[in-house]
Amino acid sequence: MGSLTRTQRQRAVQFSLYGLFVLLIVLFWVVSDKEAIRANFFLAEGFTETWQDFVFIGAKNTILYTVIAFVGGFVLAMVLVLMKLAPVAPFRWLATAYIELFRGLPALVVILFMAFGVPIAFGWRPPGGPVGAGLVGLMLVSAAYMAETIRAGIEAVPKGQTEAARSLGMNGGWTMATVVMPQALRIVIPPLTNELVILIKDTSLLFVIGMAANEKELTTMARDFMSSGPSAGTATSLTFAALLYLAITLPLTRVVAWLERRQNRSR
Amino acid sequence: MTTRLHPTQEVDPGAPAIEVRDLHKSFGDNDVLTGIDFHVDAGQVVCVIGPSGSGKSTLLRCVNRLEEPTSGQVLIEGIDITDPETELDAVRSRIGMVFQQFNLFSHMTVLRNLTIAQQRAKKRSRKEAEEVARRNLDRVGLSDKIDAYPAHLSGGQQQRVAIARALSMDPDMMLFDEPTSALDPELVGDVLDVMKTLAGEGMTMMVVTHEMGFAREVGDKLVFMADGVICEEGDPREVLGNPREPRTQEFLSKVL
Ligand SMILES: Nc1ncnc2c1ncn2[C@@H]1O[C@H](COP(=O)(O)OP(=O)(O)OP(=O)(O)O)[C@@H](O)[C@H]1O
Ligand SMILES: [Mg+2]
Repeated sequence: MGSLTRTQRQRAVQFSLYGLFVLLIVLFWVVSDKEAIRANFFLAEGFTETWQDFVFIGAKNTILYTVIAFVGGFVLAMVLVLMKLAPVAPFRWLATAYIELFRGLPALVVILFMAFGVPIAFGWRPPGGPVGAGLVGLMLVSAAYMAETIRAGIEAVPKGQTEAARSLGMNGGWTMATVVMPQALRIVIPPLTNELVILIKDTSLLFVIGMAANEKELTTMARDFMSSGPSAGTATSLTFAALLYLAITLPLTRVVAWLERRQNRSR
Repeated sequence: MTTRLHPTQEVDPGAPAIEVRDLHKSFGDNDVLTGIDFHVDAGQVVCVIGPSGSGKSTLLRCVNRLEEPTSGQVLIEGIDITDPETELDAVRSRIGMVFQQFNLFSHMTVLRNLTIAQQRAKKRSRKEAEEVARRNLDRVGLSDKIDAYPAHLSGGQQQRVAIARALSMDPDMMLFDEPTSALDPELVGDVLDVMKTLAGEGMTMMVVTHEMGFAREVGDKLVFMADGVICEEGDPREVLGNPREPRTQEFLSKVL
């Protein structure tokens, strides 16, 4: 080896790593029980009938629930941000307490509280039945995260922008609405899209709630098809749900990466 | 616009444009301004020089209350703007301000930069605001950049747009905080030319600057600040050519 040049040595290392990779694939192929994998995860036979339910009920509801929770969470987050910026301290404390509370709790606990705890304790039932209650839970949690993201975005707008607007005689409200907020929202589009991806995945937590057939989202649907229907007793329905999740989330994470690159370039 | 600036005080045409009385400003226990008295008469160009950290920017920012004075008074055309009853936004729209870092609204075109405050603060119609904007862009020689975004302009062009933005509010006076300090040397001249023209037209100006040539040529009065007080003031040619105070002599020997 001593007689090899630097580049030759690097080549050798690269080739052996490629070799190792190929070896691992071959090993996996030889060792794995391909028939068991096919029968448990990719049992296609039953899906000629059920795939439409997955796409047009499961995936549709997953997207619908995500949008509802995101929009509701965003509106609530804006309220929290305005409270955090309020000149009166108790509003700021309240917003801080809210954010700390809901970021500190598992989303599943909040969903259970909304779906079962609150109705039992107060007799108050959110609209939309148990699913509506679970969505309120998701909203409450995502609002806490989004509020922090948006506040960070506002703080990232240079102070000189506010000073210029105020020096021109624009009042605090107009300055916020026309100068600070538009720039802050542009800054937080990538992190908010990330929030959206997390929310898509978190709608799966709603499976703890009993749902009518046409209310099921992807995870509930997959779990139910594991115990009934043509692919019962296998994990095939989970595989299918997983592929549908990826079909939704992967493009979004690519969009986030693209937005972030574009933003870095324009700075 | 006939917005009242103060419920009881009236604009006094005979009063100085800017008058500062015993102004103090502290940040925590850092006493930055320790008793400033001075005035700028209508139509005057007053230049402020002094070492870094002497409080020049702080003084300028107290004049339109971007910085809250700790004590003392600031009178704009006879109206005490440290009085809580003063309509601060209305007073500010009469005082143009130009920053070292330009501070153009980066998400707006040049035209929108010039119209937004006219519409929101002065309640001008869009049409009128755009007319005023075009006229002022023409004044600074940048009519062709009307649809550009700030990021696509050079520093010198951005600063001229910032001046045009301030002028679009039809201010009675202009404050400049080191308007050419962030510029490449070859771009300084364009901005100074605009300022000279403005001074020639009779604009009241208070200019914090390191451009001694500008102070000598255009200034009616030169103020030298050191350690939070005005150390020396007078005719620019006199102060620059024949400084009386040792602090001034020391400073000028370093920068000239
Ligand atoms: N917002 C602030 N908070 C705390 N301290 C401040 C603040 N602004 C200014 N200071 C302090 O006040 C002092 C004077 O600052 P100022 O910017 O007025 O100086 P300057 O004369 O304009 O200096 P330069 O020539 O560097 O611009 C400095 O010690 C600075 O650290
Ligand atoms: Mg300064």
